[in-house]
Amino acid sequence: MIGMKSLDELHAHLPADAVIQKPLDIAPGLSEYEIVDYFKARAAECASGYTSFLGGGVYAHYRPVMCDVIASRGEFLTSYTPYQAEMAQGTLMTIFEFQTMICQLTGMDVANASMYDGSTAVPEAAMMACRITGRDKVVVARNVHPEYRQVLDTYLKRQGLPVETAAYDSKRGTVDLDDLAKHVDGHTAAVIVQSPNFFGGIEHAAAIAEIAHKAGALLIWVFTEAVSLGLLEPATEADIVCGELQSFAISPSYGGPYAGVIATKEKFIRQIPGRLAGETRDADGRRAYCLTLSTREQHIRREKATSNICTNQALIALMATVFMGVYGKQGLRDLAHQNLSKAHYLASKLPLRFDGPFFNEFVAKAKNGSPAGQNAALRERKIIGGIPLGDFYPELADCALWCATEMNKKQEMDSVAEVCA
Amino acid sequence: MSLGKTVQILNQNEGLLFESSSPGKIGYQLPPLDVPAVDPRKVLGAGNTRDEITDFPEVSEVEVIRHFTRLSTWNYGIDLGLFPLGSCTMKYNPRVNELVARTEGLAWAHPYQPEDLSQGAMAITAELERAIGEITGMESVTLQPAAGAHGEMTGILVIRSYLEKQGNPRKIVLVPDSAHGTNPATAAMVGYEVRTLKSNDKGMVDPATLDAAMNEDVAAFMVTNPNTVGVFEENIVRIAGIVHAKGGQVYMDGANMNALVGIARPGDFGMDVMHLNLHKTMSTPHGGGGPGAGAVAARAHLEPYLPTPRLKQENGAWTWDYNRPDTIGKVRAFYGNFGVLVRALAYIMAHGGPGLRNATVDALLNANYLRKRLEPHFDLPYQSPSMHEVVFSHSRQEKRGVKTMDIAKRLIDYGFHPYTTAFPMIVPGAMMIEPTETEPKQELDLFVDAMTAIAKEIEADPEFVLKAPYNTRVSRVDETLAARKPVLRWRPQVPVSRAAD
Repeated sequence: MIGMKSLDELHAHLPADAVIQKPLDIAPGLSEYEIVDYFKARAAECASGYTSFLGGGVYAHYRPVMCDVIASRGEFLTSYTPYQAEMAQGTLMTIFEFQTMICQLTGMDVANASMYDGSTAVPEAAMMACRITGRDKVVVARNVHPEYRQVLDTYLKRQGLPVETAAYDSKRGTVDLDDLAKHVDGHTAAVIVQSPNFFGGIEHAAAIAEIAHKAGALLIWVFTEAVSLGLLEPATEADIVCGELQSFAISPSYGGPYAGVIATKEKFIRQIPGRLAGETRDADGRRAYCLTLSTREQHIRREKATSNICTNQALIALMATVFMGVYGKQGLRDLAHQNLSKAHYLASKLPLRFDGPFFNEFVAKAKNGSPAGQNAALRERKIIGGIPLGDFYPELADCALWCATEMNKKQEMDSVAEVCA
Repeated sequence: MSLGKTVQILNQNEGLLFESSSPGKIGYQLPPLDVPAVDPRKVLGAGNTRDEITDFPEVSEVEVIRHFTRLSTWNYGIDLGLFPLGSCTMKYNPRVNELVARTEGLAWAHPYQPEDLSQGAMAITAELERAIGEITGMESVTLQPAAGAHGEMTGILVIRSYLEKQGNPRKIVLVPDSAHGTNPATAAMVGYEVRTLKSNDKGMVDPATLDAAMNEDVAAFMVTNPNTVGVFEENIVRIAGIVHAKGGQVYMDGANMNALVGIARPGDFGMDVMHLNLHKTMSTPHGGGGPGAGAVAARAHLEPYLPTPRLKQENGAWTWDYNRPDTIGKVRAFYGNFGVLVRALAYIMAHGGPGLRNATVDALLNANYLRKRLEPHFDLPYQSPSMHEVVFSHSRQEKRGVKTMDIAKRLIDYGFHPYTTAFPMIVPGAMMIEPTETEPKQELDLFVDAMTAIAKEIEADPEFVLKAPYNTRVSRVDETLAARKPVLRWRPQVPVSRAAD
């Protein structure tokens, strides 16, 4: 039919010096059964059957069954970015709902359709602040997630955008306001603060916003624990709120895929990166949705775009949307309250390093000053203890970062107390 | 009414979840607290505690599932039929991949759990790195980038760091005028000035144009191969030679790698670093726009600059190596979109080496079949042999006032997702069609029938096609209005009586 005698003719035109010389060194194909078996065997080499108190940007929360049920529907799972609005109203409407829910939670006016994760949302927000202010420096608090700060450096360094770090208060674990004020000047585009911060502590939005705004800089408010939004007063003083939604029904999955998000005030709408779904009308006047303001984006603006981001995390954002729908207004609050209560119970058994208010994570001194020794003892009880902080903060080498969620039982926490107290 | 492969059936109406909300409805249940309940205002401080989440949905469980199920029926996916979006490689997403990614020990693995309790996850990552190295012909692979554009950024950062180490990061990145928009956007994000090169009359990079643009200020040339016209760059080895002769590096956008797996390897034809969209070539689901994964493969001389951490083996166990003095740094937290990597490895294992090559050949066959059958009806601007996709132009139909986007909208009525419209930019009114290897001939024939029928409709009554689609839940969506008056979130309706106050 296509006028060729053999399948080889399909690629016979490739230049000889570009063609593969020998077959791929990859074993022949396996059956479905063998594939399942292989991954079960690998999973068995991981931490099955352990109780965990790990947080640090990734949280073990219960995942309502509904989230996987919806995300597994082929119409969502196997669809593409909704460029063709007429046959993607389902995806578009869920994005619109996602954007709205994020606004309600964060107190911002608009939110995008998602970013890769929290760690990449931060530099994208920083670049956004630089465009808005026409300035080039950002000041980030040292108690922002250390890996997020590393990603920030990677993104900004080569664009000639300097990143300065402001200290945390060694007693409270929150941003040292005096030190912050010293770094913020007429070149500062943004102040970046996380709350709850990496140590679990709650930052004071009004005081930090005052320092930033007095110098004409924007305040970027970061969250890694989305469940905290159910109880914490939103930082409406912030200009940009960005963070990670892993807590909303996304399994830890050894670090990804998760979903980040950026929310901001109405006036900065044209500088926000990523996809946006908007409400409009069809030719017959009915309510409809489509991707919009795409003149910000790479496929239109090319090198002048707000970001190079294209594919984001739509399906993950959908799971988060279902999660927010299942828990709803009262559920998110109850869930947050359970986390708060559990963490405070665990904290009551351990020597706290900082004395400020915290949500579901806190820093505690390790028994004999050795987080490693303490974790080894906990391992014997099939418990994975808090994250040793020495690699991230040498001055906290004798401390661990603990997290308790609604998934941790009292009995397990009592067990931790027996070993660590 | 029946048209193409569709028939109109009942479809449920549905409002926004916020509009089903009424006070007190819930869809969840938490276990009773087994520890003392604390008072949030007391432990967090009254000023830090919110009273409520205003205007948040309050709905029951059945309302949630109906809501999202109804919305899902307003969508189209590969599971429903051909999805010929060029450059997007919308192939079947095997369901076993979804199952294995949810295996408990993998799905619940915390990135900070001890390495000796993560060996299985690390072994999966290592195995995928090896397979991608083999497929691309490159010595080193990082799986950290979250998507194709993120992979591009990683690759260009690697080039920048490599050149910096030689003493000069240089200033310019060259891209052909057929490149994806992400290429120039990426180069700008890494601090480079972008220069665009004009393609030749075969839709390919012109070696003479490249040679003239290439100098010691140029850090890299970003090339897509096969390019966005679906054509293999016949001078690719020469192109690499021209760039290397002036000390530059060649970045390959691997978006179209589905045309090459098992047939040609970028490392063999002179590419220095590239990304591979695992959500295209390796079948992981697009999910309505992500998550993806943008594996980056690099030749040995660029390995020291790859992002941290790197996997290595020590005393028979896997460990993450953070001690990498020349690294570009971290491009994201943790180790990449691991759940996507699991799916990609499952795909590679299911096919095996010979199966991967067969899939490529089938992808070429399907694209060339469509080319042959549609050529009588649509203008083919470049006669060069097609690889995995074919790009037509609307030029014949435009004479009747019908453009690529109008044909696309009419295609929806026939039950197909449209091809990629208006890209690449070097083809006026582009219709970029990529069927992938997983389409059966029957589905391709139905697509040809639909395209042919539309071509005839345009001859008979172009006005009719301009108003398509007719058979969808919404008629043509007004994108101009959406951009002119952006409504990006729901807001509660103020009751009329209050609004009048």
